[in-house]
Amino acid sequence: MSDNRVIVVGGGLAGLAASVRIAESGVPVDLFSMVPVKRSHSVCAQGGINACNEIARQQGYSEYEHFDETIYGGDFLADQHPVLEMANWAPKIIDLLDRMGVPFNRTHEGFRDLRLFGGSLFKRTHFAGATTGQQLLYALDEQTRRYETEGKVTKYEFWEFLWPITHEGRCVGIVAQDMRTMQIRAFRASAVVMATGGCGLVFGKSTNSVICTGGAASRCYQAGAAYGNPEMVQVHPTAIPGADKLRLMSESARGEGGRVWVPRKKGDTRNPVDIPEEERWYFLEERYPAYGNIVPRDIATREIFDVCVNEGMGVDGQNQVYLDLTHRDPDYLTVKLGGILDIYEKFVGVDPRFTPMKIFPAVHYSMGGLWTDYTPGDYNPDAPKPGHKSGSPIPVDAQKGHGLTIGATNNMMTSIPGLYAFGEVNFAYHGANRLGANALLSCIFDGLCNGVSVVNYIKDVKEEAPQGVFDEAVRSEQAKHDKLVASTSGGTGDKAYNPYQIAKELGDEMTAASTVVKTGPRLEQAIAKIGELMQRFGKVELGDAASWTNQSLSFTRATGDMLKIADAILRAGLLREESRGAHFRKDFPERDDSRFFKTSVARYNPETGKSDIEFVPVKAPLVEPRARTYGKSDTKKETKETAAAAS
Amino acid sequence: MSSTEALREHEAQERKANRARAKAGRSVIFKIIRCDGPGKPSRWESFKVPVEPGSNVISCLKWIAANPVTIDGKQTTPPVWDSGCLEEVCGACTMVINGKVRQSCSCLIDEYAPLEGDTITLEPMSKFPVVRDLWVDRARLFNALKRVKAWVPIDSTYAQGAGPKESPEHQQTRYRLSECMSCGCCLEACPQYNIEEDESKWDESFIGAHAISQARLFNEHETGKRLKGERLEELSDKGGVGDCGNAQNCVKVCPKHIPLTESIGAMGRATTIHAIASFFTGKK
Ligand SMILES: Cc1cc2nc3c(=O)[nH]c(=O)nc-3n(C[C@H](O)[C@H](O)[C@H](O)COP(=O)(O)OP(=O)(O)OC[C@H]3O[C@@H](n4cnc5c(N)ncnc54)[C@H](O)[C@@H]3O)c2cc1C
Ligand code: SF4
Ligand code: SF4
Ligand code: FES
Repeated sequence: MSDNRVIVVGGGLAGLAASVRIAESGVPVDLFSMVPVKRSHSVCAQGGINACNEIARQQGYSEYEHFDETIYGGDFLADQHPVLEMANWAPKIIDLLDRMGVPFNRTHEGFRDLRLFGGSLFKRTHFAGATTGQQLLYALDEQTRRYETEGKVTKYEFWEFLWPITHEGRCVGIVAQDMRTMQIRAFRASAVVMATGGCGLVFGKSTNSVICTGGAASRCYQAGAAYGNPEMVQVHPTAIPGADKLRLMSESARGEGGRVWVPRKKGDTRNPVDIPEEERWYFLEERYPAYGNIVPRDIATREIFDVCVNEGMGVDGQNQVYLDLTHRDPDYLTVKLGGILDIYEKFVGVDPRFTPMKIFPAVHYSMGGLWTDYTPGDYNPDAPKPGHKSGSPIPVDAQKGHGLTIGATNNMMTSIPGLYAFGEVNFAYHGANRLGANALLSCIFDGLCNGVSVVNYIKDVKEEAPQGVFDEAVRSEQAKHDKLVASTSGGTGDKAYNPYQIAKELGDEMTAASTVVKTGPRLEQAIAKIGELMQRFGKVELGDAASWTNQSLSFTRATGDMLKIADAILRAGLLREESRGAHFRKDFPERDDSRFFKTSVARYNPETGKSDIEFVPVKAPLVEPRARTYGKSDTKKETKETAAAAS
Repeated sequence: MSSTEALREHEAQERKANRARAKAGRSVIFKIIRCDGPGKPSRWESFKVPVEPGSNVISCLKWIAANPVTIDGKQTTPPVWDSGCLEEVCGACTMVINGKVRQSCSCLIDEYAPLEGDTITLEPMSKFPVVRDLWVDRARLFNALKRVKAWVPIDSTYAQGAGPKESPEHQQTRYRLSECMSCGCCLEACPQYNIEEDESKWDESFIGAHAISQARLFNEHETGKRLKGERLEELSDKGGVGDCGNAQNCVKVCPKHIPLTESIGAMGRATTIHAIASFFTGKK
């Protein structure tokens, strides 16, 4: 394996954790990213990262509980074995980040501080102010820079991944383009890790960064990789409405006591601070007495949507509700939430320490992504090890059994051998709804745990693919590129073929048809609309023919790829005739386990240019589905204790 | 109140006042430096842009990219710029706006051009080579982080227990330093930070306030301290902390309010102590 190299595409948390782990084992890594890795989208993450910890443990929490919450939160659609392993690793991952120097907030005595987050009644979220993602990304960026100076990691920043190269069914490299010189080149590797993040921009405006188009994942999908649960897209309940971006107000605002409310009187125009307590409707607290404001995201989002859209109770008659922190001490808020409160103040011009914020839901996270495989470990609840009772929530740890077979070469491998998917770009961990502060964890876990799988895989890879394979791949990408450049001249000038216009219509349509509330007829209409946009995209006219740093070209290419993903999202959403997690079908409002305790698997059909969807049973569940109510008051009266026991 | 705080307060008041008088439905003029690539000449181009509520410089650039026609009706190419998070946390979008360096994503039009026909000028940073239009190559900024070994030298990524305990006060000190997003504002504003013709000189020229502050951050960490000597050597060398003229421009423009002059002072003292200690122990 002396000249075996690994390519990692993406330098967010998942890509950097993978790079460090793989480089550490002595395998050289070529790391590709469209932006300097320190600027990857992971930098935006605010609230924190979950892990069982000693305090929670003494209150009855455990890794198993973390696992179970994640499965329940995801409405039983996640792959359970990887989630179990992730929960088991979580405390060790926090320790490692701590060793790397992440400035986690501290208690008086100097221990790591903890906060409450959605979907749990235990404090199990570790945080560094309200810029946790930034701090974690920097720690991994620093470690990567260290390996870079030692020559073990070679960075290709401002390089865009264009296509995976396969030979005899295995992935043997990639085609990429230098975003400055526009040079298109092939790179060889024994394995390729995709860590390219989510696809929020398919919905136009979202909480995501400007490069989160999902273009890279879409290209793998078009090259034959299966895509799991595309319809599962998380809409975050609390974002600041904005012209260009919907800036997130992290769930940590609610974790730190933020209360969501609207005036009881429709169209009440008083200043919110002048509205007395009894004239405020704290609808989440009223409807979910146990979890209150920290119900999971899909539920909070639907309730806010319901209050604004169905009941017309939004603040100032618009689609917005108050997120109120003004009852907390301003200095406390600065230490715990300074980063996000500054964002609000900067972009809205109002200080949320003294005036309630106005927020509304926004597209945030894709639970779906490239389909990935795994080899289960020896943990089996039906054949318990000593000291381990079957069927009851007992802590599990490495001694009591593994969720995954560590180092198995197929862990988080896509349906294309040698092509892996780590982080938000895969589909494995979050099912139909992601719990807050679990994404950062899954990204780092993938890199650290499944990085070992990549190292093991390449040990057996011997064959050298012939040069012709790489030349052909470059030719094919060059041809697509040249076709786009050629479209700048002799066009119609018709706005219908303007790439920005097509992207805008795509975003508007997806937001209208496939976010908080979906229906069959509306999804069908959207599928037709995407078909029309695909046709128009076939004749797209680029505004810039430059052969140097052509950003319009990159954006236009990604727009075409977003249309393909959008088609998969809509078709899977149409066929999933049930409601589960983030996927709410008004025409099928109940979860239907008999038909849909299944992963939707999308495969690209090169003949039609569309998506073929298949439903595959969720693999070997460790816990069986149960009703997911979070103790809603009008479904079932529950006290805090019984809700805790049920979760 | 320090002079920096007073300045920031004054600017904040000014922005607030502008926001209060901003006219709805207006158009503003964007004057942008265009440059097709390294070594190519640059030119100004102006665009008339309709302002939406909450518009910022990036959202206006996007509008221009979708409608690349200058104010005199000339069809042109979409301008090129760098951006990422759009919430002032990734550091990508630094530009010189109305003559002052800052992040463009958080630059609200209401605060800078409140009235019909007001002008906003956009220029690329001058301390880094231009790639195209407003996009510059900040590789030398990241190289400086290598020069000061801005990392904690952990043994490996395998589980070996928790890191060192830390007081909340110490955590707050490190956290403030650790918020540096490598945007380069401090470098653009610094009179000592220059772009020499000869690229090979860059790694000997003044390292910049951001890297000095990062050296302090890692010297403050229990394990990070193990490389303290090497960091201080680098900062004692040519282009190190001694090159800082103490003009304090850096701290005034840092969007993350990093206490840069405090860091420069601390590292200046530390290099002196280090030099004396090395002299007496005969170690260098
Ligand atoms: C505002 C916000 C707040 C969040 N807060 C939290 C939180 O508190 N807790 C939590 O757990 N999760 C949070 N999340 C979710 C979490 O941040 C993301 O899921 C996670 O950071 C994704 O990391 P990643 O490594 O998978 O990808 P990213 O960080 O998105 O990185 C993707 C990488 O891929 C590269 N790339 C993409 N396409 C290409 C291409 N074609 N060629 C080359 N390179 C490419 C990019 O350059 C980048 O380096 C938040 C998300 C948002 C939007
Ligand atoms: S104080 Fe030093 S680093 Fe800061 S601007 Fe002045 S010369 Fe530059
Ligand atoms: S110190 Fe401040 S101005 Fe300088 S790079 Fe860091 S964040 Fe930017
Ligand atoms: S786009 Fe990230 S700082 Fe402006």
